[in-house]
Formats: sequence, C-alpha cells, structure tokens
Amino acid sequence: MALLRSTLVRHLVLLALGALALVLLTGSLSTFHNYELAGLGAYVCTAAGLTVLTGLNGQISLGHAALMAIGGYTVALLQIRFSDRAITGLWVLPLSLLAGAAVTGVAAAVVGVAAARLRGPYLAGVTLALGVALPALTSRFTSVFKGDQGLSVPFDPPPASLGANFAVERWQAWISLGAALIVLFFLANLNRSAIGRHFRAVRDDEVAAQLSGLSVPRVQILAFTVSGVAAGLGGGVFAVSLQTASPGSFDLTLSLALLSAVVIGGLGSLAGAVWGSIIVVYLGIVLRGFVDDLGLSAASAQKLHDNLPNAAFGLLLVLVMLILPGGIQGLLRRLAGVAPVDRLRRGRPEPFAAAIAQHSSSPPPSGGQQ
Amino acid sequence: MSRFIFLTFNGLSFGAVYAALALALVLIWRTTRVLNFAQGAMAVATAYVALSVSDWTGSYWIGFGAALAAGFVLGAVVERVAFRGADRMPPLNTIVIGVGLLILIEAVMGMLYGSANRGFPAAYSTRAYSVGSTALFSKQDVFTVGSVLVLMLVIAVLLTRTPQGLRMRAAAFAPEVARLLGVRVGRLLTLGWALSGLVGALAAMLVIPTGLGLFPQAMDGVFILGFTGAVVGGLESPVGAVVGGVLTGLALSYASGYIGSDITPLAALVLLVVVLLLRPTGLFSGSQVRRV
Repeated sequence: MALLRSTLVRHLVLLALGALALVLLTGSLSTFHNYELAGLGAYVCTAAGLTVLTGLNGQISLGHAALMAIGGYTVALLQIRFSDRAITGLWVLPLSLLAGAAVTGVAAAVVGVAAARLRGPYLAGVTLALGVALPALTSRFTSVFKGDQGLSVPFDPPPASLGANFAVERWQAWISLGAALIVLFFLANLNRSAIGRHFRAVRDDEVAAQLSGLSVPRVQILAFTVSGVAAGLGGGVFAVSLQTASPGSFDLTLSLALLSAVVIGGLGSLAGAVWGSIIVVYLGIVLRGFVDDLGLSAASAQKLHDNLPNAAFGLLLVLVMLILPGGIQGLLRRLAGVAPVDRLRRGRPEPFAAAIAQHSSSPPPSGGQQ
Repeated sequence: MSRFIFLTFNGLSFGAVYAALALALVLIWRTTRVLNFAQGAMAVATAYVALSVSDWTGSYWIGFGAALAAGFVLGAVVERVAFRGADRMPPLNTIVIGVGLLILIEAVMGMLYGSANRGFPAAYSTRAYSVGSTALFSKQDVFTVGSVLVLMLVIAVLLTRTPQGLRMRAAAFAPEVARLLGVRVGRLLTLGWALSGLVGALAAMLVIPTGLGLFPQAMDGVFILGFTGAVVGGLESPVGAVVGGVLTGLALSYASGYIGSDITPLAALVLLVVVLLLRPTGLFSGSQVRRV
C-alpha cells in the first residue's frame, strides 16, 4: 500500500481502472447509449478544464463553448484534409485531436492575456461576448467554415482488429471517454503539483501570491491555457461524436450547460466536474424521455421536450449557489465527514466560498461612491 | 454621406435601447455590486407578458403598460428571492445565480410560448422618413429615443430631487450609516431592482419590434451590447451608462453598416476588450479605485 501514497501511482491506477470500466461499460451498452456516452466524454473533458479555471484559479468563463468550437473546427479541417488525400491510420485522428487541443491552447492563452487584467463580472461579460462572437465568425468566412451548415468530420472506421461488428458509436465512445480519462489524469496530477498550488494561491489571495514571488498574470494565463487545451480536446471529440462541426452545436447554451455542470458538481473538484457532466447529460435525457411518455399534444410536448432540461439546470444553479455552494462534491465530503484534500486548507468546509468571503468581508474600497 | 447620416440615426435609436439596458445594469451594480446577467432574460419575459396582454385586451398600449409593470414586479421578486444575501456572497456566486436565472427564465418562456420567433408589432411605423434619397429615421425611432429620454429624466428626478431618491443614494453610498439613520436599506434595494426591471422591460419593448422578433433568447445579444455600453460608461455612473450606451449604438451601427451586419457580435467584443484594457473604469469615471 505504500506505493499508493505516490500521487502519480495512485492516479495511474485510477486511469487503468477507468479504462477497464470504459471497455466493459461500452461493451454492455446499446449503440444509442454508447452515442450518449460519447457526448458525455466531451462534456467531461471541457468541464474538467473549466473547473480548474473557475474553481481552482477563480476565473469565470461563460464562453467555453467558443474554445470547444476552435478545437472542433480544427479537427474537422484536418480530418477533411487527411480524408481528401486518402491518408488513413490509427495515428491520424489522435494527431488531429492533439492539434485541435494545441491550437485551442494558443487561442486560450491569447484570451488569458486579456482575462488576466479583468475580474469577476467584467471577465464574465467578456467571455460571454466571446462565446457569442466566435460562432458568428463562421458565417463571416463561409468559404472556410461553411456557415451554419458546418463542416463534416470524416474519420476512419474502428480498426479491423476489434472485430467486424464493432459499432462506430462504441468506437466514438472509446475515443471520447478515453480523451476524458487522459484529461482527468493530467489535471489531477497538475492539481497536486506546484502549478496547482500556484493556481489556488492566486485564487485565494492575489496580493499574498504576489508577495510570495508568484507572477499573478502569468499564473492566470497558464490556467486559461490549460483550460483551453482541455476544452479544445473536448471540442474535438465532441465534433467526432457528432460527426460534424457547426456553430449551432457550440452555442451559448453549451457554454452555460458547462458552467451548470461544474457548479452543480462542485466548483474546483475534478470528481465534481464528472458528477456535474453526468447530471447535465443524463438529467436532460431522463427529463426528455419523461416528457415524451406523458402523451401530451405534439405542440406542448415539443415545448417541454426542448426546454424542461434547461429549466431544471437553471433552477439547480440558483439553488446550489443559495443552499449548497460546494455542489455535489461538497455535499459528499460533508456527509463523509472528510475535510478538503488540500492539506493547507484543512478544516475549512467550503474552501472556495470561505476564501472569497474572507476577501469581501472588508468593505469594498469604493462602496458605491459617485 | 447619406449612408453615414442614416447609420447615425440608426445608431442613436439602437443606442437609446442599449443605454436603457446599461442604466438597468448600473442601477443594480451601484447598490448591490451584482451584475445582473439575467437582465436580458427578465426583459424578454416582460415582452411575452405584453404579447399575452395585448392579445387578450386587443390594445397594444395596455400590453405595453403591462410589460413595464411586469418588469417592475419581476425585478423586485428576483431581488427578494435570489439576491437578498448578495452583499455577503462572493462575486462569483452572484454571477452564477444570474446565469442560472437567465437559463431558467428563457427555458420557462420556451415552455410557455415555444421557441419559435413570434412577430412583435412596433408601436409606430418603422418606415424611415427620407429627404430626397437619404433615409433618416422612422416614427418608431423617434418614439424609442423619446421614451428612453423621458424615463431617464424621471429616474434622474427621482434619484436627485425626491426624499426617496435621497434615501436610495444614501443606502447605496453608505448602507451602514443609512441604516443607523433609519433608512430601510433592504426595502430600497428591492426598489432599485424593481426600477431596473422596469427600465429593462422598456428596452425590450423598444428593440424587439425592430427586426429582432420575440423568442426566448432574443435579448442575449442585446444584453451583451447593453453590458458593453455600461462598461464603456463605467459601471458606477448612471449618466456614463447612458452616454456609453449611445456610443455603443453608434459604433456598432457604423461597423455593421460599413463592414457587414454579421460582424456586430465581433465588433461588440472588440469594443468591450479595447475599452476594458485601455480604460478599465470606463470613460466617465473620475479618479476611482480600480475595481476591474
């Protein structure tokens, strides 16, 4: 058991267990459920990156779907080039996905440079504007991005070694959840590293972090970049699972659903990001199924079908913030009586809220003066 | 030149709407340090109220009045239910609550009225008067600018010339002292939110008929432009919000007129980022502590 004390070994064991669960789970599920799992993987990738940015580093983003779009479109453009030149192989899609993640990381670093100068509502407003503006670019450059219709994402069928009747949906679930596991593995290690501590130090107290020799803007830009890489990979596997990259699939609704996922799951916790993604994806599916079984008239069934899940997420967001700011993960920790894993903050039940509350308990310097 | 003149009038008309929305945001920001991300969705809800009331009574103006009243009530309810303890919350939490309300209100409107774009009548003709071949402005544009001006004058008089306005400013300026002197601070916060809801409702009633149409997400884009206006003017100053909103309207009218209408969201983003990076406190704030 001493070996498990090592963070890296423990995370590697978890990664292997996750991969095993993935293979067993996708094998036992129908193609349709595998298709849903593929979507879930994309959510988990991006939500994990968002929770690092918002929960661990304290920077909010209401436009993460725009970063996903960059990853998704990069993958689409590359896969189309590969397919046109009839280049096939097991390495092709991973290469496109890596390129998508890298390009998004660079874009996110640029956003991060601006974001490092902005706080709270200002940053939220700018990222919201970004989330609306970026998809609009696709109709500006129709020749490249094909407008509202979007780009198709061709990719090789599952390798023959997996058997002749290995469903494409199962293959997509493997790609998507595999990417999610890799992202979770890297972010979990990052969280426990010096960089993770820098993120939290800047979140908890910028002045103290600066006095300890950290460059606050540099740490914030790094957090945005890391989050962007995860979002880019998420967007890439999302495009693969949908087999298309279109502005409609990376809209504001997706950005807000991602925020819902990380808040409901518990800000700053990777496990919370997974919980939240599962809730956002599957609560939507369950509620839509529930509406379809009610036997309503076509028109009202359609209205409920389209909107009931969002109403539930919106209500959950407000309730979680008012009643349970730690989200599901915070609730689980409280039930289990476990203090936060972070040794430095042991004994504080709501580390994020407490740290910020401490911040704002001193009266605001300009307090509404004119 | 004739195009420039038309774009200027067009920008002033839209600018009046952005100014109203910016003012709604600033009214709340000054008192509670909350940036209400649900402002646009709340305004859409009031437009649906107007639609229903107008259908029911057959009168456009009763619907118009009902929208403003609904905005007033909705603002008060939202403050009481969701933002009562906002001053003790971290900023991130208030943002998330606003976003939650945004999602919730738009979804509820979708459940009640469907997601389709409903036509929404304008109060007056939207056909522009023209001199020679130069299109200038329509009756609706005059009504837009005029009604926003009137509402702003009313709010300015309320804030600066009445005892209630003095109490509101006191509650915003120094809540603790005001409370000690017998001002019901909590009640005045509610009043501020209610006023803000009313101003937002007016913005929706003016902008939705002009080519936008009524659907649950109708005000998402307008909200960003109103936010841009508020930031351009500096979130602290109501006068700044109004001027910032008008400047935003003009800038975006020129950008969409000369470059292309699909550039509007991008132009808003560029304007927002440039203003925030060059002058984070906005164009109309004096030497203040930077809060960005």
